[in-house]
Amino acid sequence: MREREQLLALADDELVIGWRDSEWTGIAPTLEEDVAFSSIAQNEIGHARAVYELLAEDADALAFDRAPEEYRCSPLVELRLLDWAHTIARRYLYEQTDRERIERLMQSDDPVVAGIARKIDREEAYHRMHAELWAERLRDEPRFTQALEELRPYVDGDRATRTPEFAELWDEMTCVRRSAPGAEW
Amino acid sequence: MPIFEVFRQEKKGQAFQHAGSVDAPDAEFAETWAREQYGRRGESEALWLVPREAVHEVIDFPDEFDLKYRRVDGYSLKARLSVARERAAARTR
Repeated sequence: MREREQLLALADDELVIGWRDSEWTGIAPTLEEDVAFSSIAQNEIGHARAVYELLAEDADALAFDRAPEEYRCSPLVELRLLDWAHTIARRYLYEQTDRERIERLMQSDDPVVAGIARKIDREEAYHRMHAELWAERLRDEPRFTQALEELRPYVDGDRATRTPEFAELWDEMTCVRRSAPGAEW
Repeated sequence: MPIFEVFRQEKKGQAFQHAGSVDAPDAEFAETWAREQYGRRGESEALWLVPREAVHEVIDFPDEFDLKYRRVDGYSLKARLSVARERAAARTR
């Protein structure tokens, strides 16, 4: 994959997992986890913004004005997950693959790309800590181990096609911008 | 779930001040959650997490006798000063 495509895939992943994880705001298992999980979700969207800004003049347009088929996120992040075991399993799997990708980008010949990757990595260190802590705690919980098995195939899923759940996400995510095309916010 | 008291240092060298608490099953979760609640906006240089049961609380301070002379503010001098002033004025008259 060329670096630009890699960066777009990264930004789309971060935007969509941030969006999905933010669905837990207000309903996470404990208040402390609610605050932490929402904060991590917001960080991911911040990473997406940093990379979109690198790729386009208008980061918002790149983030929200594309058709569903133009996104390049992994099917793993698109899934709408309604239980905590699956949500933590996804975070855990996501952080594992994200780490390899960020480490590659940190070695980029482009100093701007390498710099952004290093910045992202400094925050991801805490996301990994959070994911690993939960994975360790739920290690012997069958609902968690089953969720890991179920979700693992999505990690290397096809980025060129969208899962059925993406349509609804896209519709909601872009509805405000579509309601006022060309508006200055 | 155990409660961890969170103390926050705003700048290097400053005293730690109580910031609040987190309910967490162990110190690792307490750290992760406290980082997000008390450190994500750059508002902390460092945090101390203390299990509440490790805190030795002291709340009982009997003051059965008048021990005001031991306090930094001491006895109120206002009344005595005015008496002394009157006495001094009477003497010069």
